[in-house]
Amino acid sequence: MELSWMAWTGPTALFWLGIISCLVGMCVWEYFSPGGNPRLGILRFETTRGDRLFISLLGSAFIHLAWLGLVGPSLWWAMGISLIYAVIVFRTV
Amino acid sequence: MDKTYNNKAWLLVIPVFLLVAISAIIPIMTVVNYSVQDTFGNNQFFWAGTEWFEDVLNSERFWDALGRNVLFSFIILSIEIPLGIAIALAMPKKGPWVPVCLVLMALPLLIPWNVVGTIWQIFGRADIGLLGHTLDSIGINYNYTANVFDAWVTIIVMDVWHWTSLVVLLCYAGLVSIPEAYYQAARIDGASRWSVFRFIQLPKMRGVLIIAFLLRFMDSFMIYTEPFVLTGGGPGNSTTFMSIDLVKQAIGQFDLGPAAAMSLIYQLIVLLVCYVFFTVMSNVGAEKPEQGVED
Repeated sequence: MELSWMAWTGPTALFWLGIISCLVGMCVWEYFSPGGNPRLGILRFETTRGDRLFISLLGSAFIHLAWLGLVGPSLWWAMGISLIYAVIVFRTV
Repeated sequence: MDKTYNNKAWLLVIPVFLLVAISAIIPIMTVVNYSVQDTFGNNQFFWAGTEWFEDVLNSERFWDALGRNVLFSFIILSIEIPLGIAIALAMPKKGPWVPVCLVLMALPLLIPWNVVGTIWQIFGRADIGLLGHTLDSIGINYNYTANVFDAWVTIIVMDVWHWTSLVVLLCYAGLVSIPEAYYQAARIDGASRWSVFRFIQLPKMRGVLIIAFLLRFMDSFMIYTEPFVLTGGGPGNSTTFMSIDLVKQAIGQFDLGPAAAMSLIYQLIVLLVCYVFFTVMSNVGAEKPEQGVED
């Protein structure tokens, strides 16, 4: 199948693999621990694991954008901050 | 009673999954791929990294368009939601006027976006349009093609005319689903008209109001056709919203990379606002569950 119109590159393929891995990982987690583990966190509304992943990914996207707009093109620090942010979200939200 | 799980039901989801994959996931993947490259056509691409994102985030043009979008959505929601609730409350709940009101309310929704733009374009013209000519004849210097304020007022009134009906119909559906017993109880308690609205009608409309707000926010934030037909983004850039700017970049200038980067940022903003609003509205007044076990 001709896919050149999709303009795939190595980094973007890795990016999508990362997202798909997160979703597959969540499915495996759900299989072994069903129910989504709903709870009330610091935001005082009920979140499940899926909500926490969504908040982590959305927040990470904005952290990367803020870094690009305010600091510069090197995104390693932004990635580090995003990982810390995701851990905090999964532990506290 | 134990819940029965039937995993064969997942098979029924496959058609929807395929449809979403073709209509949403594959295009988004392609946009992400385009956002980090430059192209001059003929499927030839050159790696650009995060350059387009930096360009967009540091461009005045983007922030101006975003500001106009936020202002427009804010004005639209501030008018359409209260007005929609008010009209729904005023509509008859039973009797021969119900279908008449419903049909009248549904009419603007049936008109295509570009036709709405054309209607208002003609309606507002001073030489042949009823609105423009009337305002002109009473001494108001109205010209939506040259005056920024007039252009904004026309677009806002046009959107209110086109889409308030949606809020009305959703609120009306919420109102007619309230059992009569609630109103009887309120009457026995001697509740005022405001108390009935605040403690019975408004909470019962919460679900439909979430939908109305989200639909109107997303639609007003993505508005394209009506202002494009009416003002073409002018006068100057005063009604150039992000969608119009995006199309100018992608199709007018064939800058697919920056346009892809801009559309991703645009999408993230819509996602964030919708998620925050949906979460807040869903949880206001909802019962709090018990504290769960930590992961």
